[in-house]
Amino acid sequence: MSAGPTHLAGLRRLVVIVPYLWLALFFLAPFAIVLRMAFSQAATALPPYAPHWEGLARLGDFLSQLDLANFSLLADDPLYWQSYLYSLRLAAMTTLAALAIGYPLAYAMASAPPRWRGLLLVLVILPFWTSFLIRVYAWIGILRPDGLLDAALASLGFEGEPLRLLNTEAAVLIGMVYSYLPFMVLPLFATLEKLDRGLLEAAADLGARPLTAFLTVTLPLSLPGILAGAALVFIPAVGEFVIPDLLGGPDTVMIGKVLWSEFFSNRDWPLASAVAVVLLVVLVLPLVLLQRARLRREMAA
Amino acid sequence: MKRLGPGLILALMLGFAFLYLPIVTLIAYSFNASRLVTVWGGFSTHWYGALMANEPLLDAAWLSIRLGVVSATLATALGTLAALALTRHGRFPGRTLFSGMVLAPLVMPEVVTGLSLLLLFVAADVERGFWTVTVAHATFSLGFACIVVQARLAGFDRSLEEAAQDLGATPFVTFWTVTLPLIWPAVAAAWMLAFTLSLDDLVVASFTTGPGATTLPMRLYSAVKLGVSPEINAACTIMIGAVAVVVVGASLLLKREQLSAG
Repeated sequence: MSAGPTHLAGLRRLVVIVPYLWLALFFLAPFAIVLRMAFSQAATALPPYAPHWEGLARLGDFLSQLDLANFSLLADDPLYWQSYLYSLRLAAMTTLAALAIGYPLAYAMASAPPRWRGLLLVLVILPFWTSFLIRVYAWIGILRPDGLLDAALASLGFEGEPLRLLNTEAAVLIGMVYSYLPFMVLPLFATLEKLDRGLLEAAADLGARPLTAFLTVTLPLSLPGILAGAALVFIPAVGEFVIPDLLGGPDTVMIGKVLWSEFFSNRDWPLASAVAVVLLVVLVLPLVLLQRARLRREMAA
Repeated sequence: MKRLGPGLILALMLGFAFLYLPIVTLIAYSFNASRLVTVWGGFSTHWYGALMANEPLLDAAWLSIRLGVVSATLATALGTLAALALTRHGRFPGRTLFSGMVLAPLVMPEVVTGLSLLLLFVAADVERGFWTVTVAHATFSLGFACIVVQARLAGFDRSLEEAAQDLGATPFVTFWTVTLPLIWPAVAAAWMLAFTLSLDDLVVASFTTGPGATTLPMRLYSAVKLGVSPEINAACTIMIGAVAVVVVGASLLLKREQLSAG
């Protein structure tokens, strides 16, 4: 039996249809359920809670019964919006610190002789392949009272109180910068490596001092790398749960942790869903702005 | 090429010290005879022995490996299809939505992915366990797999595929005999990435799992919550060692492949 053209077209269409259906079922549908759950009440939705699919006929009913209680709670209770703001602030601090550490590193890597670069690149990527949990765990041993940092300081002759860094904001910041540093270094390295060194020589020939040449030539030209790295660090950092949970304390309440405890400890699924919806809005908005800025730059170029 | 100045060498040393010191200390203290993390009590493999007797942890590790293999295979197959759809199918209805859905999991906070999938599984009344976590992992790894394969498909000589089709090969045969052999390093890389993501995931698994399916990160997480212990260090060291072996082995294989390809 030979495969007719219709059969072939069907086969070709499967390439699109299979992943499409998968994503519609496991990405889009769950998201719709989260939205629906965010607008329902905790009292009627105590787990085990099984929302029934009511179909489009009930859509009118559903819209007229929209319950904004969860969202007004999010707006009224300072715990929630403060933890949103706190997450954004901590993610921004992480991004800046990762840039401050990552830029010199990426710059040095890009300036290294070409035969070293491959090895240096593998060395940056390797920690990323090791478990995230392990890397965070390693810092607990270092930062906890009488941990390795305190021991190292004591052996260097610094006597006194233990630093008590664990369960503070500093610990969360260190853990986040550490975990996300490769995401900053890789795009920076990619742009810096492609940078035309002739431009720097030209600047030097024209009398620019190294610092001036860096500020007026290298830095502006590496801006795309900085933006890409910043996005790769900032976005996952906002919704981070594991690092603030393991390294942070009672005053480092990030929104990912709030969602987690609303769900697992308070078992308030509708409120957890509302937190998720707002978190997405908070994250998607800067992304769309970033994308538009990039498009505009590309149009201008 | 000029030699690196002292400032840049310092930047390299400090940067890599920051990246590697925590991992090095963790490995070193897994061989510590003393239970105290800051006191060096001599070299010992005692904790590795203790680890081998830790049934729950070993069970969780085995579960995570099986889960990683199945979900990475699913994610790579779906991701490769998605990459083909995006690079070879031109415009099709709902293409923007499609590429959005493929890429969205890359920026989705894990807590949101986990919560939304759990709500789906509850709504559909499926028993939660191995398969729900597998589906969840395949779904968020799919986008990563797609990007890796897509990069390879974009930079590849289409005339080879066209030649095969001119010679009468069906699209399926063309894919199997021309495209797949050419993109397989990317497919392998995508699989490894998806496997690592699955093995690494705590948050999505915690949401979507059920009784009897506790993954290795979930076990490690609850152990870490109880405090630092040399036994966890030993478990971490084994995992780091396994990853190092696989990554170094894969890059050697890839290098040999590239050499033989000319």
